[in-house]
Amino acid sequence: MTDTSAPAMTLPADAREPQGPKPHRISPARIGVYGFLLISAVFFLIPLYVMLVTSFKTMPEIRLGHLFNLPQTWTVQPWIDAWMNACTGRDCNGLSPGFWNSVKIAVPSVIVSIIIASINGYALSFWRYKFANVFFGLLVFGAFVPYQVVIYPLIMALRQVHLFSTLPGIIIIHTIFGMPILTILFRNYYAAMPVELFKAARVDGAGFWQVFLRIMLPMSVPITIVAVILQVTGIWNDFLFGVVFAGRSNWPMTVQLNNIVNTTTGTRAYNVDMAATIVTAAVPLVVYFISGRWFVRGIAAGAVKG
Amino acid sequence: MAEARKRRRMRISAIVGTLPMIVVAVGVYVIGIAFTFYWSFTSSRLFPNNNFVGFSQYERLWHDDRWEIAVQNIWIFGVLLIAFSMVFGYLLAVFMDQRIRQEDTFRSIFLYPFAMSLIVTGLIWQWMLDPNFGIENTIHTLGWTSFQFSPLVDQKTAIYGLVVAGIWQSSGVTMAILLAGLRGIDGEIWKAAKVDGIPSWRVYLFIALPMMRGAIGTAFVLQCVGVVRVYDLVVAMTGGGPGIATNMPAVYVIQMITSSQNVGLGMAAATMMLLPVITVLALIGLVRWIAARRQAAAIRRELATS
Repeated sequence: MTDTSAPAMTLPADAREPQGPKPHRISPARIGVYGFLLISAVFFLIPLYVMLVTSFKTMPEIRLGHLFNLPQTWTVQPWIDAWMNACTGRDCNGLSPGFWNSVKIAVPSVIVSIIIASINGYALSFWRYKFANVFFGLLVFGAFVPYQVVIYPLIMALRQVHLFSTLPGIIIIHTIFGMPILTILFRNYYAAMPVELFKAARVDGAGFWQVFLRIMLPMSVPITIVAVILQVTGIWNDFLFGVVFAGRSNWPMTVQLNNIVNTTTGTRAYNVDMAATIVTAAVPLVVYFISGRWFVRGIAAGAVKG
Repeated sequence: MAEARKRRRMRISAIVGTLPMIVVAVGVYVIGIAFTFYWSFTSSRLFPNNNFVGFSQYERLWHDDRWEIAVQNIWIFGVLLIAFSMVFGYLLAVFMDQRIRQEDTFRSIFLYPFAMSLIVTGLIWQWMLDPNFGIENTIHTLGWTSFQFSPLVDQKTAIYGLVVAGIWQSSGVTMAILLAGLRGIDGEIWKAAKVDGIPSWRVYLFIALPMMRGAIGTAFVLQCVGVVRVYDLVVAMTGGGPGIATNMPAVYVIQMITSSQNVGLGMAAATMMLLPVITVLALIGLVRWIAARRQAAAIRRELATS
């Protein structure tokens, strides 16, 4: 990446009205449009529907094999089992320990990574010291580097300082891998701010931290929301870093879910598996449905990296 | 004097504030990659050593069936997934652009899989494609007994099962980005096209598409980064099986540094993963540099003639 000034947020995710040709009231074309969209919607929704209905069925009913039927007898036992009793190896405590591990990992990781990235973005926009853009260029490059390339050196580094397989270790890892995208996000946001604002504060004698805390932070609410959405869903959904860096006692929910489903010996309790899967997906889904268009904005902003 | 000292202190604050960025940029993306590269030339097993063995790890790598299959798989997976996701995503975007009702509802439906963990996606589709309980069996019970749709159980077809799950997970994002691109196009072209009597499908294909290169590039890059990093989906859906049929480079590297205890070989594989990324980034950099030079030359000519 030689040109680091390029990543600009040029995607107005929903800036304007649809601009397609104006439709007639009811025409074959109109029916075709809705037909295509509805069939597509079915394709996207069916897996979720199957999971939901299966999680409320009893095992004998599942063995009958009517995937799309509603349960004949509804049961919530699979949900209770998934949360408290499902087994991973010898432990039979369900997903709940994994849930709390994910909370313990996600909350500090989100806070730390966003604080660091916002300072980075601020410094890169207003305090460009010598070589600052070299470091930023390296971070932009890092956004494209496959994780596997740097995972082993990081394992060794954390081993050296005795943080491998610990909670602080996995928090550091999430902070590291969140940094490229978040820094780009904040840098672009601050770069679009009027520089006069900064200059006026400087004339009044405010220093690096004062300008940041008094002027920039209060104006950073929208971008912080985008960053929080991006990080909460990203960290909650992470599997690779959790399984490698967190250590058995801190394994996040995704790792425990995979263990419950894929390493069970004997007959598989599909209804419990489905309930466990939905529970794991619930947090990011809630974030997604509450945040709505902010979520799309986060994707678009995070995606504009080149 | 005092002024100069104050300014230097300011600059030091900026450096201190961005210390985490400097440490990550240099420590992870320069030193970390250097270590990976270095270890790929050693005979490291469970722990790194300094026993230099030249290119023999790379020789072993390219004679390893697992790696060969992994490379072949990422090409099949990547090309099919990106092609389908782009075409399907653009179709969805075009149909969404027809002044439809309930646009937000459709958008939420198409996009929600992206909010969930790839572990969740993998488990959902493992279930949907299960030969005993999934779609195939359900269609059988409806009377169509020759119907076959269980790619995951066959070594030859398992990779296509992963592609289906990938399309389900990522088409919505492509749609959202391309729709943003469509909406960013100057609305006048629709009026102009109407005056000229050009049918709208031709406008979408031949006029709109070339005008939204930025959005297409963004969607493409996002997909590529996702493909190279695909790990969770494989682990959850097939575990790399049946046999080694769905192995991927990202899975291979993790196997080498954990269960196979062959760090040297794993680092050689990781270096091979980095190679295409660096090549593409270098090409993009070169193209931009040439374009910038041409532009500068043109401006100079312009100035000379005027």
